[in-house]
Amino acid sequence: MRDASPAKTYALHIGVIALLFALNFVLPDYHQGLFARIMTLAVFAMGYNLLFGYVGLLSLGHAMFFSAGLYGAGLTVYHLGWGVPEAFVAGVACGALLALVIGLLALRTSGVAFMIVTMMFAQVFYLLILYFAAWTGGDQGLVIQQASRVIAIGGASFDLTNATVRYMSALALFSIILLVTLAVVRSRFGRVLVAIRENEERTKMLGYDTVANKLAAVVASGAICAASGAAYALLFGYVGSGFASVQYSILPLLWVLLGGAATTLGPLIGTLFMYYVTDITSGFTSAYLLIVGVALILLVLFFPKGILGSIRERWLGWLP
Amino acid sequence: MMPLLTTKGLSRHFGGLRAVDGVDFALMPGEIRAIIGPNGAGKTTFVSLLSGRIRPSSGMVVFDGSDITAMPAYKRVRLGVAYTFQITSVFANLTAFDNVALPVQRTLTDGRTNGQVRSGVMAALERTGLADRAGALAGQLSYGHQRLLEVAMGLALKPRLLILDEPTQGLADSEIDNFIMLVREIARDATVLLIEHNMPVVMQLADRITVFNSGKILAEGTPGEIRANAEVQDAYLGATHG
Ligand SMILES: Nc1ncnc2c1ncn2[C@@H]1O[C@H](COP(=O)(O)OP(=O)(O)O)[C@@H](O)[C@H]1O
Ligand SMILES: [Mg+2]
Repeated sequence: MRDASPAKTYALHIGVIALLFALNFVLPDYHQGLFARIMTLAVFAMGYNLLFGYVGLLSLGHAMFFSAGLYGAGLTVYHLGWGVPEAFVAGVACGALLALVIGLLALRTSGVAFMIVTMMFAQVFYLLILYFAAWTGGDQGLVIQQASRVIAIGGASFDLTNATVRYMSALALFSIILLVTLAVVRSRFGRVLVAIRENEERTKMLGYDTVANKLAAVVASGAICAASGAAYALLFGYVGSGFASVQYSILPLLWVLLGGAATTLGPLIGTLFMYYVTDITSGFTSAYLLIVGVALILLVLFFPKGILGSIRERWLGWLP
Repeated sequence: MMPLLTTKGLSRHFGGLRAVDGVDFALMPGEIRAIIGPNGAGKTTFVSLLSGRIRPSSGMVVFDGSDITAMPAYKRVRLGVAYTFQITSVFANLTAFDNVALPVQRTLTDGRTNGQVRSGVMAALERTGLADRAGALAGQLSYGHQRLLEVAMGLALKPRLLILDEPTQGLADSEIDNFIMLVREIARDATVLLIEHNMPVVMQLADRITVFNSGKILAEGTPGEIRANAEVQDAYLGATHG
């Protein structure tokens, strides 16, 4: 039963956040930077997981929501000189709006058709970025200067290019989205989403407008992925069309599959795992992608439900 | 008294097959109505048209005085038309608790009930004798328990009309006795429309019986009248008569 162990569940999530906080003070510089990046991208994975893991909708176009946030924040800073908070909000709003439009269109389909339709829309989005190169910087992208990446609150100012400020900002976003995800999946809405994944027809016959619920999930997922993109632009200072390419639609799927679909902490674990396997193997061989591939295949063979999904199945049934 | 539900010329064709063929039907509030008929008579198709799970080819459905022919299924559920499936379709990977929580939270959201999800769920599980299985995955319950869980989900929707499609199929005799008591209890605050093959169950429960054959209503009446009807004997009960 989902309410069997709320105390344990909250303790675990708060514990993970506390651990990440502590790591800031012990990690060497290089790993501190890598962790900031991983936490930011884990938000992307969490947004993807909400739709793929909980609702069972497999999108191959989520790069467009990440990029909507990336460009929504990046371009308003670069061209309009907006401050960091306004630009972040602009990025999230762009992602949510795009998700609303894409959801209205793509939810007319399901299954393989949904995968193809989302992929096509993402491709259109990618090509639009290249087409409007005068504003977007095309495939070169844009670099956002350090001066634009400072948050002034009252008298204090926070420079997002500072390693610790950057780490803590990434952690703050990660923590908020983790707790929001946890609250959503434990809510009535979350229960309906899982029911839709399990049997949509049956869910309708219990009085649920399944299309409206799926649309809400697409918008929430798009907004979270856009928050990740917006944070990425502001924290790492680079906005580029590569983030809108199909590779960035596949990556969140891999992270989520690895970590465990429909688990709240799986996206973090999957992102972390993939980054470190790539990082370690690329250190001693140029054929590192081969090794990453083999590692992925082994994992899928032995942990078909992902790392955390398998742990939940075998040992910790109470994990959300 | 005004009928709770009526149909006029209700039809559904599958290609050339007239699964339901121009049915005029009326159901009074508070009654327990049984639908019987041979396999393929169109019983499941007929009740699916009532619940909105499938669309009619022609004809109309009126519930509580309003035309609901074009209304999507989920809105009919909110009006109080609940449907339990002939083929057990509980959410196998969710617990019994979560299966029932879905209809309970629906009625809470609609403002048709109030209170906590948990207490609503436990009440429905207790009525069907499943309270001690609340934490079990629905897919791991025995078949009989899954049928009961299906009924619990229907109950939790607080229906004004509960449609049960062969609910006793696969139940043990002891479970059937409990089931009969359960339906009598449900009928105290809801109208029940029951498709049923088990004649003793039909004879004990039904106020009236409607007999379907080849998509049409062959006969309708009290259990006594239906038992005495020669045409029904021929078409369905298969008994010879003099
Ligand atoms: N979705 C469908 N497509 C085609 N034929 C169908 C479909 N559903 C039911 N039928 C046909 O309609 C007739 C009535 O079926 P059904 O309503 O299930 O009968 P009953 O429940 O009385 O056994 C049968 O001949 C069946 O094969
Ligand atoms: Mg049938």
